[in-house]
Amino acid sequence: MRDVAIVGIGQTPVREHWDRGLRDLAVEAILAAMDDAHIRRADALFVGNMLSGTLGFQEHLGALIAEYAGLEGIEAVKVEAACGSAAAALRQAVLAVQSGQVDVAIAVGVEKLTELASKCTTNALAMAADADYEAVMGLSFVAINALLMRRYMYEYRVNKEDFAAFTVNAHANAQHNPFAMFRMPITREQYAAAKMIADPINLLDSSPVSDGAAAVVVAAADKAWEFSEAPVRVAACEVGTDTVALDNRENPLWLKGVERSARRAYQKAGISPQEIGVYEVHDAFSIMAALSLEASGLAEPGTAVRLANEGEITPQGRIPIATMGGLKGRGHPVGATGLYQVVECVLQLRGQAPAAVQVPDVQYAMAQNIGGSGATVITTILERLTK
Amino acid sequence: MDIPRNWRLRDQRYRLQGTKCTSCGERHFPPRQVCPRCKGRALEPYVFKGRGTVYSYTVVYQAPEGYEDYVPYVVALVDLEEGVRVTAQLTDISPDEVSIGMPVEMVVRKLYEEGDQGIILYGYKFRPLLTP
Ligand SMILES: [Zn+2]
Repeated sequence: MRDVAIVGIGQTPVREHWDRGLRDLAVEAILAAMDDAHIRRADALFVGNMLSGTLGFQEHLGALIAEYAGLEGIEAVKVEAACGSAAAALRQAVLAVQSGQVDVAIAVGVEKLTELASKCTTNALAMAADADYEAVMGLSFVAINALLMRRYMYEYRVNKEDFAAFTVNAHANAQHNPFAMFRMPITREQYAAAKMIADPINLLDSSPVSDGAAAVVVAAADKAWEFSEAPVRVAACEVGTDTVALDNRENPLWLKGVERSARRAYQKAGISPQEIGVYEVHDAFSIMAALSLEASGLAEPGTAVRLANEGEITPQGRIPIATMGGLKGRGHPVGATGLYQVVECVLQLRGQAPAAVQVPDVQYAMAQNIGGSGATVITTILERLTK
Repeated sequence: MDIPRNWRLRDQRYRLQGTKCTSCGERHFPPRQVCPRCKGRALEPYVFKGRGTVYSYTVVYQAPEGYEDYVPYVVALVDLEEGVRVTAQLTDISPDEVSIGMPVEMVVRKLYEEGDQGIILYGYKFRPLLTP
């Protein structure tokens, strides 16, 4: 298996893109990534997406997006793993290039959540859960996370207000990211006063419904410098799974999917969790950020909220997370999110992050994309390359 | 959801029928074809008693489509006596009376109505334990 690198990145702003369709967004991100890699062709395209069929009545995205991106004729398929779709697509691109079957692969994640009224979107997002045994009980995706948060508060004696640290950090960072949806800071007071959606989760615990696309170009590492002035090595891109329904997990507060995926990734990269300089966490809800930090070996069980309140998750802290806003501040176009995280890690490693959130001298950055309440987890570790 | 799909799930919805592994004795809900514990495939139907305690809960204020009329309602993770956890609404209780650890029992109630013309779906919910 040969080493692979990311040699090009592209992203659209995360917005409610009323004036732009799914293919427009995907093509914009792909072309930006291709320009960044100075290429006009590729051998394969992997499209991450969750809801194009349900919300946009459009499937068959592989061929469709290849055609409109000027790549008609190449191998192209869609990859779906709920909110983990984009990193799952990256995994396929990495495998394709690693195996030698493909020389240049593009992974793009794209989602258009604002296509239908918000009620439909709520129901559609719940498709990441078990339809017959969770969603049918009137359980929205928010409510599933609320079940986790309530138990966490109970078991570890954590106050609801203390979760504010995650939201405050995400928004503080998002204001510097031109691609982020919410570019304004928020205060702990605003957090405490936010409208309740599914108690104890309020509006400011939750990532926004939004549209966007992000893409990367993957090539063999030994050719990486032919494409890019600042290639980044894919040290690991590993998938772990867990039960889809929360109730089938012995200890729901321990995300086994995260543990499995992260452990495989550390092993593949040959590093320990402590060597991670930036961690783009899947903070779809504040509780997911806390549970992910713990199951990834970056905080002891029950201590992630304290870690956040001690300032350790800010760009100046010991383990910076959501450095460009995370899902909360940048936005969460579900099937695109995993590649936004990867693009942001690449910017950090290149030293091209906005100055206020640039973490100095990052050697390893980790992006972790989660499908559902932890059923599919893809952990990608990227390493700075020097010539 | 379509009619055959709901009909197919009647034993689960109305009487919490799952499976029991004949090799290791593990019980499962929902029913399975492969035992998650020992990977055995010899499973038999098992009806849960429907008594347990609340492991966690949430009060839903923004409901999915079809459930708006019921807000605020409580959805809980319930630990059954037989050692299985299920997801279900709590009923016959106001949201501020719910607490983690409280004993509950299963009842069959309306889950939702699919508009004026559609099906009315019934299934298990849990209420505070009345039966001694
Ligand atoms: Zn068994």
